Amino acid sequence: MDLTALASDVLDQARQQGATAGDLVIASGESFSAGIRLGKVEKIQNSQEKRMGLRLFAGQSSAITSTANFTHAALQAFVTETLALAKATAADPFSGLPDQSDLVQDVPDLDLSDTTTPLTVEEKLARAQEAEEAAFASDSRITNSEGAEFANASREMVYANSLGFCGSYHTTSFSLSVVPVAFQDGGMQRDYWYSSQRKLKDLEAAKAVGQKAAERTVRRLGAKQVQTQEAPVVFEPEMAASLLRHLAGAISGSALYRKTSFLLDKIGQKIAADGIFVEDHARIPSALGSKPFDGEGLPTRQNIVVEDGVLTSYLLDTYSARKLGLQSTGNASRSFADTPAASTTNFFLRPGATPPEDIIRSVRSGLYVTELSGFGVNPVTGDYSRGAVGLWIEGGEIAYPVEEITIAGNLLDMFRNIEVIGNDLERRGTISAPTVKIARMTIAGI
Amino acid sequence: MKNSPADSQSQFLDQYDLTARQLEQVLEAAVERRADYADIYFESRTAEALSLEEGIVKKASRSVSQGAGVRVLAGDKTGYAHSDDITLETLQVAARTARAIAQETTQTQVVPLQSTQPHRDLYPLATPPIAAPLQDKIQLLQQIDEEARAYDPRITNVLASIVIEQKNVLILSSDGSVAADTRPLLRLQVTCIAEDGTTRQQGSYGGGGRVEFGFVYDDARWKTFTKEAARQAILGLEAVDAPAGSLSVVLGSGWPGILLHEAIGHGLEGDFNRKKVSAFSERLGQRVASALCTVVDDGTLPNRRGSLNCDDEGTPTGRTVLIENGTLTGYLQDRLNAKLMHMQPTGNGRRESFAHMPMPRMTNTFMLPGESTPEDIIRSVPNGLYAVSFGGGQVDITSGKFVFSASEAYLIEDGKVTRPVKGATLIGNGPDVLTRISMVGNDLKLDEGIGTCGKEGQSVPVGVGLPTIRVDGLTVGGTQA
Repeated sequence: MDLTALASDVLDQARQQGATAGDLVIASGESFSAGIRLGKVEKIQNSQEKRMGLRLFAGQSSAITSTANFTHAALQAFVTETLALAKATAADPFSGLPDQSDLVQDVPDLDLSDTTTPLTVEEKLARAQEAEEAAFASDSRITNSEGAEFANASREMVYANSLGFCGSYHTTSFSLSVVPVAFQDGGMQRDYWYSSQRKLKDLEAAKAVGQKAAERTVRRLGAKQVQTQEAPVVFEPEMAASLLRHLAGAISGSALYRKTSFLLDKIGQKIAADGIFVEDHARIPSALGSKPFDGEGLPTRQNIVVEDGVLTSYLLDTYSARKLGLQSTGNASRSFADTPAASTTNFFLRPGATPPEDIIRSVRSGLYVTELSGFGVNPVTGDYSRGAVGLWIEGGEIAYPVEEITIAGNLLDMFRNIEVIGNDLERRGTISAPTVKIARMTIAGI
Repeated sequence: MKNSPADSQSQFLDQYDLTARQLEQVLEAAVERRADYADIYFESRTAEALSLEEGIVKKASRSVSQGAGVRVLAGDKTGYAHSDDITLETLQVAARTARAIAQETTQTQVVPLQSTQPHRDLYPLATPPIAAPLQDKIQLLQQIDEEARAYDPRITNVLASIVIEQKNVLILSSDGSVAADTRPLLRLQVTCIAEDGTTRQQGSYGGGGRVEFGFVYDDARWKTFTKEAARQAILGLEAVDAPAGSLSVVLGSGWPGILLHEAIGHGLEGDFNRKKVSAFSERLGQRVASALCTVVDDGTLPNRRGSLNCDDEGTPTGRTVLIENGTLTGYLQDRLNAKLMHMQPTGNGRRESFAHMPMPRMTNTFMLPGESTPEDIIRSVPNGLYAVSFGGGQVDITSGKFVFSASEAYLIEDGKVTRPVKGATLIGNGPDVLTRISMVGNDLKLDEGIGTCGKEGQSVPVGVGLPTIRVDGLTVGGTQA
């Protein structure tokens, strides 16, 4: 199916039916996943999917609709229905497509698609099997497993609007994950490890994924609670990335114009410690969060959002930028059934100079966090309280595992109290960070 | 709107130009390599969302989807293939893809299709909410905005949304069963932002179910939801830091039942227990709660958000007693795990959509009432926390550790509820927390109909319920050490 021709047909149809403007996104693709458990095939899943998300304007009123039925008759009715829905909403003076002159001119090739020969189902299963086997082989206390999974997907994305823009790009993705279960003295623990990449060749070796998963699981055995206290908290990279996720939410356009962000009106102010640089970079070749243009057809770019601790930029789409009297930062993300909204692309905290071992060594008595759980973060106030799992540090050395504790503070204080940043940044997902040490937080236990 | 399975079957089949005989052939192809079981799941869904902010209804969206999935079970293996393109050819391809999981070559017999529909309808609606006039919905959102702003001048913004879904499912299986369900779903959500000088807070409240649109006007529910959201936002402005450490906690009735969902519900799902990765594995018949506790999962409550006529494998939903007077009595099962564990399916095989495989999930999970009055329970606590509203929760089913985050809570000082405190996460150990319940109230309440449960990337609507209870020694994750 020619998706760009389909896009232009739908926009023509919309114009003929009286829409004053419109845009749409189409995605089409397939995905596969295969699971192994205890050395045997457990599940195989295959999917074929396509979907269109249409936004039509009747003046300054608009509506969004989505469908997977691409027959001509169905799409005609779909356009009619969308337009009727648009007319029912209130006129919003800030709504509308971006300015034509801001649309992307040259669409770069960001190398987001793997073009090598696809693996067979047997080869995919073999990778999952190898990862699980490696987990079992690396420690005798690994006695059970929730399985290992290999997954891959391939997807074509098309964005077109009534200003005449139509762009498309193709992406692939591959992932491998393992969830071992360890048992010792009546206590059971699980943890996991994974690798996820656009290109198969960049995927971590199956054996390494399995070993890392086993190591992370076994070190949790025998965990206990600690006394309630204030202490330094070191976030391992995956957990430090979760702090960046809260930062990203607080500087995204909708949270700002709705005044639901603890970073409201903080542009130009110190919101984090010296030496902290955070950026959103959409054009890193082959990276998971990269895209050549955003969900409104604007060029994507590199945005430095925190520079030496000072908040320098928000993440904006056209609508939130207009509401705030600013320019879009090219961060519009488009889902099928919702209006474009600002979100991150590749968002990361730049590494510091300190090796993570030295950070641990700098802690006399404190927590090394390896897992966080729950939803105890208030985006409006920045108040933070989450369940934690980790390792207790005593005299600069890892002493014993801990669980059933919480860590609490306020995000603004936490960012300002970042004492050390590790040199161990590894871009594993779309949001990433190196090891981070926060000088002091409240730890609740017994 | 309610269809018999025969109607639903012909409706789906006519739409895609398929016959029952052709589908039997698809199922025959699916079990060709000696699979134990195969099924075809058809789904069509229409979703609508309207939202108001800054005083105007600026967003309206409507989404239509349909698709089918073919599943093959062989031993503990599952093959699944699905497509949003429903033709005989795609179904046959899906059947061949899914059966790749089965290796042996003797064919299993497919039983001719016949209806196995439960003779009941838990949500018979004269008009499903999706069919209610758009203007009525827009008007409701505007009324909510006015009501919230009138509550207190410090309410500076109101976000309100109506989300409606209409889902039709048809499940045909190789054992001959055919089941269909037409599922309406409505949810109204109100969030208020309060500002006082430089202090800001938000409060949220909402409700719904498998109900008509008029539900929000019955008992002036929309006003209650709006005032609750506004009240919580204003209250938050004066909240003090929450305590940190192990405390006696009194949980209010209703939505705080999320405790049960996280602490024991997930851990009692059949898949985790069959694999022996749950902290509750092999503990049937053992004491896991105080004798005051009886906990059930009931998918048959009329019009509830978590209820279903049949689950997504066509099994009628039921009432499963999970814990009876403190003793573990049951697991939640889908077909696969029930068979492998030599138990009966409990009607808990659910999936988010045709693009997902079913697995054991909760429906409406709640604790039966006890004998104490809520007043006596609070009065019994010299120093503790009274938590009445919660955000989400999460559990590690293997270690059993779970969290749930209070969004409205108060200190209890000398048996009296005193100052409001900021939100804090509560953390506990699933197999142990219910043994520390020392009082159970006589005021069982189910939540208003807002819950969504996530598991392995799949979201499904659920309900919870709880009477007021006292739990001793729960870790409260505030900042005041």
